[in-house]
Amino acid sequence: MQAQEAERPIDLLASGHRACAGCGAALTIQAILRATGANVFVANSTGCMEIISSQYPQSAWKVPWIHSLFENAAAVASGIEVALKALGRDEEGKVVVIAGDGGTVDIGMQAISGMLERGHDVCYICYDNEAYMNTGNQRSGSTPFDASTTTSPFGKNSFGNDRPKKNMPAIVAAHGIAYVATTSVGYPRDLAKKVQKGIAVRGPAYLQIHAPCNVGWGFDSAKTIEIARLAVETGLWMMYEIVDGELVNVMKVPRQQPVEEYLKQQRRFAHLFKMPGGEAQIKLIQDAANYNLERYKAVSPVGTREIQT
Amino acid sequence: MEGSHAIALAVKAARPNVVAAYPITPQTHIVEDISQLIADGDLDAQYVKVESEHSAMSVCLGASATGARTYTATTSQGLALMHEVLFNAAGMRLPIVMTVANRALSAPLSIWNDHQDSISERDSGWIQIYAEDNTEASDLTIQAYRIAEDSRIQVPVMVCMDGYTLTHTYEPVELLEQDLVDDFLPPYRPADFLNVNDPKSFGMFADPNYYTEFRYQNHRALEAAKAVIPQISSEFGEVFDRDYGGLIEEYRCDDAEYVLIAMGSVVGTLKDTVDDLRDDGVRAGAIKLRSYRPFPVDEIRSALAGLEAVGILDKNISLGFEGALFTDVKASLYHDDNAPKAFGFIAGLGGRDIPKRMFVKMFDCIREDKKISNSGFFDLNTQILDFQEV
Repeated sequence: MQAQEAERPIDLLASGHRACAGCGAALTIQAILRATGANVFVANSTGCMEIISSQYPQSAWKVPWIHSLFENAAAVASGIEVALKALGRDEEGKVVVIAGDGGTVDIGMQAISGMLERGHDVCYICYDNEAYMNTGNQRSGSTPFDASTTTSPFGKNSFGNDRPKKNMPAIVAAHGIAYVATTSVGYPRDLAKKVQKGIAVRGPAYLQIHAPCNVGWGFDSAKTIEIARLAVETGLWMMYEIVDGELVNVMKVPRQQPVEEYLKQQRRFAHLFKMPGGEAQIKLIQDAANYNLERYKAVSPVGTREIQT
Repeated sequence: MEGSHAIALAVKAARPNVVAAYPITPQTHIVEDISQLIADGDLDAQYVKVESEHSAMSVCLGASATGARTYTATTSQGLALMHEVLFNAAGMRLPIVMTVANRALSAPLSIWNDHQDSISERDSGWIQIYAEDNTEASDLTIQAYRIAEDSRIQVPVMVCMDGYTLTHTYEPVELLEQDLVDDFLPPYRPADFLNVNDPKSFGMFADPNYYTEFRYQNHRALEAAKAVIPQISSEFGEVFDRDYGGLIEEYRCDDAEYVLIAMGSVVGTLKDTVDDLRDDGVRAGAIKLRSYRPFPVDEIRSALAGLEAVGILDKNISLGFEGALFTDVKASLYHDDNAPKAFGFIAGLGGRDIPKRMFVKMFDCIREDKKISNSGFFDLNTQILDFQEV
């Protein structure tokens, strides 16, 4: 029965869930579950994806699914994994965490670190929409530089968020785990391939998936994929793998787009095009994008490397 | 043997599948001993050495939802850190069992015993049972799984035992024979659990149309435990020849005029005091409150019917009001026209010893209808207050 399900392209996140039109995160979940198949246990942190999918008495999840709290999905997943082992059910399916960036890089940081360090066989997937979207667009540690959010608003004395994104993949990689990858909902094939690699690893794996939020970022709901791709094409979102501590398979950006192309389509950056001094800020963002491309190419022996599973 | 070791052996006898714990004084000996039992091959369980108590309870939650029998132990700050997960585990109706080695809460920092930690988790939806001695704490550990996993109940259980006074004290303990425990406590077989063949969703959100009904069911489960706890205690008694009775234990209350109510290990001293007073012709009695949640309203009312006065010892305080037991006992008596006069005593905070003479003084107060000064703080050292003011 399970083999048949894997062959059939069924949607394990049922339609009719309550995500906004154009939601990048919901597309991400759908893509994740297509890659994992039905034999998966999902521990979901509090956030948009939990809320849109689980309003009692209706659940959109066709896989075993649990939501406990905001910051403890990694610990709950650890519990599922050891329980499956203890009960001799560890071949039943892979344990996967699905959490937003706030639940991952901020409030969930300690539980993730514990899960990684203890070596649980869990694939942790962060959908990164770069702010606390479920509560209405507040700044998280994953919000990019100069993005205006409700808690990092632009104003006479502010260009928006004054810090760059926390480099969570590097922090995760520092735990010495076998597989870390970044990808984007704009590149579903790359996403699927990396999810499959992540769940094939025996032990902890981590994926961070860039997932634009049209409501919070302020762009047309038809443009989610376009925006996601522009983030990569400008050099503001890097796609790579870290296999056994080594940076590999960095996605090349053959024709880099200027960051304006990405910024100007989003309300969260609109102030940069109107405020005095905004131009200089855009220059800083362009520098950061250029640095990203240089840095990742410089340290990366671009090529293929198979991970040990 | 040491109380902590007795608990570790009781946990072993309960055959948990998953143990997750974080070390904190005075719980540490329990989890150290469990670790050793696993290292020596005497207990076959997954032990998750988590990075915090928040994660200890979260691991238990995930494991329990997957169908595993789970165990953890903590105290004080650790229990406080678990706070939101406690509510979550109870709301999801997961039968986790936890030992709480009762200890004071900071500030000021105190590693010594009182009941502030578990009392502060009163409304978490967990059953709380307090042990008087180490044999009772050990036996309760086994009974707790039966109560928690009972299909009529399905809520988690805290077994509360006084930090140091019990956990670190060596006293004779009646051990649990494994074959008897196996008969009394069969493996955990939940009706609903996370599995890929019958995928279910746990921890959904409920809008105002549904939330109240979940809370009601959770509350009804705790109310149902009022009948289940004594029933399981009595079944345990038939197998192991040790029956602790029901939600309360009445000690020499039959013809008593004056009764003191207390929880935990201090009840031993209280019973000795009652014996002494009886020798002196005072018709004194004691009530050991075993189950704090669910609160035994009917049992308390019936035990106190016709009494002159009752004293309530609280090793905790709801700051700005009074001791928590005092409030609950008075509320239980509210509808009784002939309710006894009630006196609240706060003592034994942060490890301060409560000797027999203190109980004698409490009985004196309630017999002579004395006004209780210092907001009920009965063992206050006013010299220290004077010193601090200088």
